[in-house]
Amino acid sequence: MPVKSSTEPKKSLRQVIAEHNSDPGALLDILRDAQEIHGYLSAAVMEEIADELDIPVSRVYGVATFYTLLATKPKGEHIIRVCESPPCHIRGAVNILETLKEVLGVNPGETTEDKKFTLELTSCLGVCGVAPAMMIGDQVYGNLTPERVKEILKTYA
Amino acid sequence: MSYFRAHVLVCAGTPCMLKGAGAVKDALCREIERAGLQEEVRVVETGCLGPCDDGPVIVVYPEGVMYSKLKPEEMSRIVQQHLLKGRVVEDLVYRAEKEKAKPVVSLEEQGYLDRQYRIVLRNCGRIDPDSIEEYIANGGYEALGKALTTMTPEQVVATVKDSGLRGRGGAGFPTGLKWSFTAPIAADQKYIICNADEGEPGTFKDRLILEGDPHSIIEAMAIAGYAVGADQGIVYIRGEYHLSIERLQRAAARARELGLLGKDIFGTGFNFDLQIRTGAGAYVCGEETALIESLEGKRGEPRLKPPYPGVAGLWGKPTVVNNVETLANIPPIILKGAEWFRGIGTEKTPGTKVFTMLGDITNQGLIEVPMGITLREVIYGVGGGIPNGRGFKLAQTGGTSGGCLPKEFLDLPMDYDSLAEAGSALGSGALLVIDDSHCIVDVLRSFMKFFQHESCGQCTPCREGTARLYQLFSDLAAGKAGQDAVQLIKELCQTMQLSSLCGLGQSAPNGVVTALQYFEEEIQKHVAGECPAGVCRISMGSRAV
Repeated sequence: MPVKSSTEPKKSLRQVIAEHNSDPGALLDILRDAQEIHGYLSAAVMEEIADELDIPVSRVYGVATFYTLLATKPKGEHIIRVCESPPCHIRGAVNILETLKEVLGVNPGETTEDKKFTLELTSCLGVCGVAPAMMIGDQVYGNLTPERVKEILKTYA
Repeated sequence: MSYFRAHVLVCAGTPCMLKGAGAVKDALCREIERAGLQEEVRVVETGCLGPCDDGPVIVVYPEGVMYSKLKPEEMSRIVQQHLLKGRVVEDLVYRAEKEKAKPVVSLEEQGYLDRQYRIVLRNCGRIDPDSIEEYIANGGYEALGKALTTMTPEQVVATVKDSGLRGRGGAGFPTGLKWSFTAPIAADQKYIICNADEGEPGTFKDRLILEGDPHSIIEAMAIAGYAVGADQGIVYIRGEYHLSIERLQRAAARARELGLLGKDIFGTGFNFDLQIRTGAGAYVCGEETALIESLEGKRGEPRLKPPYPGVAGLWGKPTVVNNVETLANIPPIILKGAEWFRGIGTEKTPGTKVFTMLGDITNQGLIEVPMGITLREVIYGVGGGIPNGRGFKLAQTGGTSGGCLPKEFLDLPMDYDSLAEAGSALGSGALLVIDDSHCIVDVLRSFMKFFQHESCGQCTPCREGTARLYQLFSDLAAGKAGQDAVQLIKELCQTMQLSSLCGLGQSAPNGVVTALQYFEEEIQKHVAGECPAGVCRISMGSRAV
């Protein structure tokens, strides 16, 4: 999730929950907003949400771990999602992943030591016309080659 | 309103934007201003034109000349030559078939749209998706007006039923029939859901429809609402589709301003409004009951059916769930009638289909063609054949849950029934072409990697089956598979097809089952430690006995 600009005052978790009328049906939206506020969904955040919505914390945890865009562990500043679906696979996604692993020195699911990048794998991003592809934050990059990946990473340095 | 003698449409679909359409548009605007043409030429951002592989793409009207593979520095030539002097810049003109020596000029003559028939994509690349006025000028909201003021809800349902329209999300269920289940039910609340949780690998048609023509979906949902008696619509859209979400939100706000959404639409007393909800990254939520669970704030685990959503869906209320492409067909059907629609495509599957062509194919991108076109026509006609002088190995239709069809099937008509008979599916319209440099084991392994990640884990055959299949294909690729590997794979596939709870687990083995029919020899060779295509890194020493 993108880090919101510092000029925009952050809402509190309580405010977010109140906006959704403490409705358990809005759990997914509340979790997404909570992640925007805190960066990830810690055990404490999930417990608070469960309390406010008056539902078991197991249900909150169940939803938080079901969806790939929700995170229960802290992540780096930029999340790199490499598409590994068959259309990208056919066009050489393996080489893209290898390059990222090599340059960043981490495996998928891990965060670099400087907390700058988290490397993840993702299912189809729906940009198969420019495969292989990846996303960094909200930005999509297509037609990747190992060289282009290195250049793109430099722009985040 | 000022009059412009020329319009330049810049494709602002995601693929073109990734290839630098933003910089091209900026350069174009700069050059137009430098030439003093800003009062005469209007630059408009529009939706996907289709030839995504050749982006960035622009079209200059009134001539309809399409230019492709543009760079910002080439804009001055287009402005100076074409817009100032009226001469087509021949070397930048898009060519449908790359061998053709002489470029032709108009979009219609350029061959790209030759074999296409555009209903769903009627406005994509022709109008500014952010302008409700342009949509209306092209006949937009006329169908909603016609339905509300001249037809009864029963007549709307009957028209859609008679048209023979079938769901374009994958299963091909007759849309009118679906509506007719929900329409007669008396309930205090009913819902129309637009399923825009497009996750099938290789599919991006819904994204491009939403980016290119968001009002067509809003109009169609309102018509569906009138037909079945629902006053609330929900668009469930992938969280990753930022541009689609933004455009749809703007479009809904404009429609509300003009009274095309909200209370008392067209003064008929009919109320309809919609909200946009985003997914959070789960392929299984494309399954309609999983989608509904997700909307209720739960894990996206499919429900047992029956009851079907048409009877008891969101919050237990009757709910119609339709795919984006299905809905995009509704306004033209209402306007032109069921007979007109039945005249296109095949008898059992009327209309058109949007395909996304990708993999080892010359023209990657989006096309809309009548149902029943053959694989050969798509791949070697519109698709421009296989690049790099390679041969055709297989085509997978319907996305990753579809079957693998070898060259014997090139003349198979592309419609729901013919493809199902061949063990594949029309599905979402993804067409993945794979050339003979690829190894079938490596390809199937990538399919199974996808499914073992996306299985929701609720039912055992799918959760365990996808994981075991992935393991078995990894073993084959590494040369470590046991002698009984192929037999095990066959048994697993059958178990999954017969006993999985939802479509995900039932269709996940399709690629493997069809590959075993046509490529078993190649798979068996891996058991013996050999990869004929030379893709798998088999080390003979590590092979298990």
